Amino acid sequence: METDLAFIWAGLIAFAVLAYVILDGFDLGVGMLTALVRGRERRETMMNSVAPVWDGNETWLVLGGGGLFAVFPLAYSIVMPALYAPIIAMLLGLIFRGVSFEFIHRTRRGRFLWEWGFAGGSLVAALAQGVALGALVQGIAVEGRAYAGGWWDWLTPFSVLTGVAVAAGYALLGATWLIMKCEGDLQRTARDYAWIAAAATLALIAVVSVITPFLDPVYAERWLGWPTILFSAVVPLLVAACAWALYTGLVSGHDTRPFLASLGIFALCFIGIGISFYPNMIPPSVSIADAAAPDESLWFLLVGALVLIPLILAYTGYAYWVFRGKVKAGEGYHA
Amino acid sequence: MTLGYAALDLARFQFAFTISAHIIFPAFTIGLASWLAVLNGLWLTTRDDGYIRLFDQWKTIFAVVFGMGVVSGIVMSYQFGTNWSVFSDKTGPVIGPLMGYEVLSAFFLEAGFLGIMLFGRERVGHRLHFVATLVVAAGTLFSAFWILSVNSWMQTPAGYGVNAVGQFVPEDWWAIIFNPSFPYRLVHMVLAAYLTTAFVVGAVGAWRLLKEPANRGARTMFSMAMWMALIVAPIQIVAGDLHGINTLEHQPAKVAAMEGHFETRAPAPLILFGLPDDEAEVTRYAVEIPWLGSLILTHSLDGEVKGLKAFPKEDRPKSALIFWTFRIMVATGVAMMAVGLWAGVARWRGSLYSAPWLHRAAVAMGPSGFLAVLCGWITTEAGRQPWTVHGLLRTADSASPLDAPAVGASLLAFIVVYFAVFGAGTFYVLRLMGKRPESGPDIDDLGPTRSAGITPWPALKRRPRATPAE
Repeated sequence: METDLAFIWAGLIAFAVLAYVILDGFDLGVGMLTALVRGRERRETMMNSVAPVWDGNETWLVLGGGGLFAVFPLAYSIVMPALYAPIIAMLLGLIFRGVSFEFIHRTRRGRFLWEWGFAGGSLVAALAQGVALGALVQGIAVEGRAYAGGWWDWLTPFSVLTGVAVAAGYALLGATWLIMKCEGDLQRTARDYAWIAAAATLALIAVVSVITPFLDPVYAERWLGWPTILFSAVVPLLVAACAWALYTGLVSGHDTRPFLASLGIFALCFIGIGISFYPNMIPPSVSIADAAAPDESLWFLLVGALVLIPLILAYTGYAYWVFRGKVKAGEGYHA
Repeated sequence: MTLGYAALDLARFQFAFTISAHIIFPAFTIGLASWLAVLNGLWLTTRDDGYIRLFDQWKTIFAVVFGMGVVSGIVMSYQFGTNWSVFSDKTGPVIGPLMGYEVLSAFFLEAGFLGIMLFGRERVGHRLHFVATLVVAAGTLFSAFWILSVNSWMQTPAGYGVNAVGQFVPEDWWAIIFNPSFPYRLVHMVLAAYLTTAFVVGAVGAWRLLKEPANRGARTMFSMAMWMALIVAPIQIVAGDLHGINTLEHQPAKVAAMEGHFETRAPAPLILFGLPDDEAEVTRYAVEIPWLGSLILTHSLDGEVKGLKAFPKEDRPKSALIFWTFRIMVATGVAMMAVGLWAGVARWRGSLYSAPWLHRAAVAMGPSGFLAVLCGWITTEAGRQPWTVHGLLRTADSASPLDAPAVGASLLAFIVVYFAVFGAGTFYVLRLMGKRPESGPDIDDLGPTRSAGITPWPALKRRPRATPAE
């Protein structure tokens, strides 16, 4: 029973993190792309396309962190010190990104500062998240109930590679989001960036996927061993299918298909990470069952989660529906 | 970068710094969200445009402050893990789910409806927009409920057991959530948030009244704020007294440190002022009022009040700091009540809007809520030391296994970024507050013609009798 509850919670935390990655992923991607787009009004339209939803999107990150603290406190207390520098960098990046939404309208002279804060904060947060992911995939040294490595362990060529990969992926999500939400000239610009980001993202996914099995024999067995390869091979095949959908969507000038295909690519990569990790929470040595809080804690929060998460999804969906359709230039609020 | 401080000291300072910066924002937005909901409701029922203009001015302020609250709050939710990993591992099973409920029941609610509240009035209609405003206000209160339950459990732990690996584990969730100090702390903090907002709004109204006594928006702000001060400040003083008695019951060492009592005495005096010396175990230059200490703390003239010497030295909080923060908080609260009474008298005499000295006092009291909230939190948090979980887990045994330079570097980064970002934010907020309430008509030329001319179309549709003047 114990493992079952812990497993359900691992699934819920994974869901929260995935929700965060794809939702704030496009916000952060839009943020990064503002650095490349010329024209203040166009940058403002880009920002307005995410302004009503970014806060809700970022809340999934708090659920991921807060949920980990609640139901896998051991994992939380090992991962946070291990990834200290990237986590702090991410938080600082998110501070600049988050306040810029409001600050940018509050000053004329200092506007450029918050435009840079918005783009730079988004980029730093994206890179830091990717680096943290890479460091986690590489494995974390644990002794007893604590992190046992040094404070630069997170920095390796592989984690830098995953950092760039996540940033490229977020740029892809952001660009395809803009294709969906914008019109005319800005949409064309977004499509140009989507091509570049798509090529970079897929290339980096390929490189990371080739390296990963060599990091840990468990990963190699999972991905390349017989007969598991029959199941695990489904994932790269589906990624290829999504990549094809993305390609045709961009070629045909479709509004929504590129974004949906990019979401698919992210979800599949996430499932791929899950395949590598399972049944570990923190590779290579802390399992889901090891890290779980006692059943009483898991039950207590699960009851609320099962009631509240569907509600959250419903009203979040409603909020997206309220702000559906294309963002018009000059719309939004500047009070 | 570490100036010779140990990682533990730096982690403590980082927590103190980041939580102090953070609490400023929710202390303001909890009250502001409720006030905005009231303004929105008043506009819907009266269709008086004065209210919606105030709503629009203050919703922008709300958005800026709320944004700063969100980003500084995310830092808190990760800091437990980065700097206090042993604490997180041990207490996660008990307080983690409470924070989980805070995220699920409050943060998502606020975030989901904030967009509609700020940007969506035209898209969803007035009624749903009002519902969104109410939901955001409710979310801020749910958030206060859960996080104060967490803090209170650290002050007065209950309903827990300890498992084989040394983690606190839940045994009775009801006892955990409604732990002994929680009801008092919740009431005290929510009232504090309302007072904080009232004094900010009152100061903005008063500042405008000093320049334009006829400005209608300024009158509404000042009047509503002073009603709050008159009614809530006395209630807060009673709530604070009850909270103090609860603390005396569960954390007597904290109260002894707050009062600068080193010796156990019956009857005990109230030390008004003095310089507590924790090393020498004496409060120097004490100005005392006989019996009053017993009267306040035990509600009897000769009740015994324990001094710090009754507790082992390694279990005592430091008196030198919280003796003063406590006094500043109490003095601020009393000053708030005095301003409320003063305004009450002025209102009764009909001079509420033409009392420059009252308005100057209200402007000076604008930041008083923040001062009181910060001093109150320093008192209760520093007063919990040397424990993170009172009596059970020492602060020294709670920190992450980090090297001092790592904590020092992140501390430096937080200090630089917070001062730059929140400094700019505060400047923008002050500038928004200084703006003249949206080109509304003055009270003197508020006639049906003018008012109908600027009434939005849907309101005209509802109140056709306003149209003939056009």
